[in-house]
Parts: sequence; C-alpha cells; structure tokens
Amino acid sequence: MDADTQIGGANARFPDTRPSAIEAAGSDEAARRGPGHEALVAAYWKPVYRYIRLKWRRSNEDAKDLTQSFFTAAIEKRYFLSYDPRKGTFRTFLRVCLDRFLANDRKFESRQKRSAELVALDFDAAGPESPEAIFHQEWARSLFEDTVDELRRSLQVRGRGICFAVFERYDLAETPATYDQLAGDFGISAATVTNYLAAARRELRSLLMERLRAVTTSDSEFRREARALFQ
Amino acid sequence: MISDKILARLKAAAELPDLSGTRYRLIEEIGRGGMGVVYRAEDPELGRFVAIKVLDEGNEARVLASLEHPGIVPVHEAGVLPDGRSYYAMKLIRGTRLDAFLAKTPHLPDRLRVFQRICEPVAFAHARGVVHRDLKPANIMVGEFGEVLVMDWGAPGVGTPAFMAPEQAAGGEVDARADIFALGRMVELLIRGEERLPKPLASICRRATQQQPAARYGGALELAADIAAFLDGMPVSAHRESITERLLRFASRNRTLLALVAAYLAMRILVIFWIGR
Repeated sequence: MDADTQIGGANARFPDTRPSAIEAAGSDEAARRGPGHEALVAAYWKPVYRYIRLKWRRSNEDAKDLTQSFFTAAIEKRYFLSYDPRKGTFRTFLRVCLDRFLANDRKFESRQKRSAELVALDFDAAGPESPEAIFHQEWARSLFEDTVDELRRSLQVRGRGICFAVFERYDLAETPATYDQLAGDFGISAATVTNYLAAARRELRSLLMERLRAVTTSDSEFRREARALFQ
Repeated sequence: MISDKILARLKAAAELPDLSGTRYRLIEEIGRGGMGVVYRAEDPELGRFVAIKVLDEGNEARVLASLEHPGIVPVHEAGVLPDGRSYYAMKLIRGTRLDAFLAKTPHLPDRLRVFQRICEPVAFAHARGVVHRDLKPANIMVGEFGEVLVMDWGAPGVGTPAFMAPEQAAGGEVDARADIFALGRMVELLIRGEERLPKPLASICRRATQQQPAARYGGALELAADIAAFLDGMPVSAHRESITERLLRFASRNRTLLALVAAYLAMRILVIFWIGR
C-alpha cells in the first residue's frame, strides 16, 4: 500500500492489538470459533437486546429471551460465515440477520399474537427512526458503556482513580461540574483537571478503537465504523 | 444506561484531537465533513489562530501543499496525532460559505463574478493533475472582499450526490470533467430563483452538466470564459444565438451608441422637414 494512503500516513498507530472476532467466528477451527463467538456476543448483546425492546417493542423478558435465541441460532447455524465485507459493515449485516430471524421465528410470531402490547410489526409504524438508525444508536451506546467500564477498571488498577473520577464528574455527569469546582473538590489545579480529562479521553478513544478493530475485518471497514461511531 | 445527551458528549470528547504534542491549543470544533473534522486552534508562539483539520484517511495535506494558489487555503504544517489520526494546520479563513454568501447576495452578476473566481483555483489544480471530486458550496469560502478559497482537497472520491457527475456516482474513473459537472451544478444553484433566466446561462449550465464527460467544457477556465462573456454581453460558446437574440444583445451592449444614432437621425429628419417647408 502506498504510504500516503495508509491511515494516518506511514507512522500510523491504529489499534491492532485485538484479533478480529469476526474472522475468528467464521473460522473452520472450533478452537478459534469459540472465542470469536464470545467476543461478538459480548459486543452486540446489548444493542441487539435494546433494538428488540425499542423497535420490536418487546417486554424485558421477551427481549432477553429473543436475544439469547438469536445468538444461539447464529452460532449453531453459523450465520457469520455468510458475512461478506464487500457488501457492507458487519453491524448492518447483523441487524439484517436479526430482522430476518425475528420475522421468521415461530416462537416470536406466536408471542406476537398473544401480546396485547405489541402495536405493529411494521418498522415504520414503530417510530420515525429507521431500524438502521436505532440499531446504530444502541450499538454506539453499548460500545461507549462497555468502554467506559473498561476505562474505569484500567485507570483504577493503575492507581489513577482520580483521573477517572474527574472524567466521571465532567463527561459522564448530566450536568458537568466546572473546571474550578473539580479543582476545588479534588484539591488539584485547573491545569491538572485539564490534563486528567485529556488523558482519560485519550485512553477512552484508544480503547474504543481497539474494540472497534475487533469487530471489523478490514482497514476500510474499521475507518467507516470509526466515522459512523462519532456521527 | 447512559443517556443520549451523555452519549453525544462522550462521542465529542473521544473525538477531540490530543494536540498536547503540537504547538497548538485546541479551542473549538468549527466544521465537519465526510473526511474529517475542523477545529479552531491557537498558535501561541506566533500569536495567531489557525484551523486544524483531523483526518480519518486521505492525503489532503500533501495535495494542498502541492497547490500554492491564492484560491487554495495554505497549509502551515502536517503531522500525526498520538492516536494515529493525521492532522494538518492551515490558515483560518474568515468569511462565509458560498451557500450563506448566495443567501445574502441576490444580484446575479455579483454571484457570477464570485463563480468566475472559483473556476481559477480549480483550473490551477487540474493543470497539476489534481481533481477535487467534491466541489460544492459547503467547500467554498467567500472572504469579506469577495476573495474565494476552495477547500477540502484530497477527498478520496467520496463526493456529494447533488453535485456528483454520473461517472463518479457510478464509481467509475473520474477526471477533471467531474469537477466541471460540479461547477455546472453550482451555476444552476446561482441562477435558481431568477425570474427570467437568460438563454445563454441556461446553455452554460446544460453544457457543463452533460451526462457524457466529453460533451462538457474542456476546462474550468473555458467555463469561466463563457461566464465572463455573458457578463460582458458577448456571445457564449455554449449557445448558438438566433438573429433576434444577436440584435437584442447588440442593442443591449450598445445602448449609448444607438441612442446617439437615433438622436442624430431624428435631428436630420427635423432639419430636412424644416428646409422642405
């Protein structure tokens, strides 16, 4: 590849520490498939569950059950083998698989008939946002939640709990504290608040990119997903 | 579960570039496009503000650095952020985007004169083998003195549907004529809302936006020349005039001369009439 067209130029340091879970899930070796499936389920369980809750308007228990059934079917029937990166992102592929699964699931259909609270199966009737937009939003939410948890653990293990505490009070609060308030509360200077925030955000981004790398199969898909994540 | 509001804040926070290893101090985001995000930053050493563009991919900085033209924003420096994204610092342009400029400039000749200036850097880039691929009003800034700066060079063929040539939309090979198509779309935007659209201008738009690249203008300067000819009341290459149109254009261009001739003839008739009495 020409150096000019590489991400970030020749000195690019994009995350590549986690192997691609998608490639592992599609592997012929059972020993590789297991961890691949595990990573994909971990990455997409929450967005799938929330998507079923929001878009298909299922109860909490139904949504959990259906999420479990979907991933079980995906693993047993090896849905992930048919993913072709040239046709779109894995996220979109998974959402389409999920829609098909839900539409074809007999159990789901019978539940649908029983459920009085179910308004309609028609996506358009369920809300103004497209299924893709809802899945995207829930995917991003889930990714950030998990990454923030990882950031918390990572900083605490290294004795940098105060760095996360500052980040939590500023970026994770509904009403962020001011730099001066944070400086006063933690007994540090405003410049240190700035540094702690910058460090936490930098690590958050790095962890996000690592997670994203694990659920993409190529540089171009990774870049597309990274761009989509911040939209 | 984190709320939509916090999610939005986290996205913005995680996307902010870490400029700690650079000479710049981040101030705020000022724009975003398909290829990256632009921030306002301060260069304390030189006591000036700059624009920093952070890119996911592409080689925009190198492309820009190779294009030294008053109509193309100059690059100060380029580098790589700690997270691997590339960035470059450029002159912070003070002005309005072309779409905003058009909204406050109803006078067609003023709009067309600005358009002529857009064609110049585009032609300059084409002469150096660089095709923009995403020309649109959002990528053009008009300064307070009417100067024009074309931005966002180096996009890897993304494009914007409303301004995209058919061959680009089809994913085919793209050359300078794709930019001519986008310029033609821009002329259409300029003349939109005109109650009586002059035929030559309509012809200019048609020629610039032909489906077949070979049927379009051969270059941005050729298109600009047609706009200049129209502004000067001269024939344009894209339009074959009827005799009536030619006479009307002649009359429009030579109003003073025709008035003098008419006055002279009227006087002669009066003199002949008076002598005849």
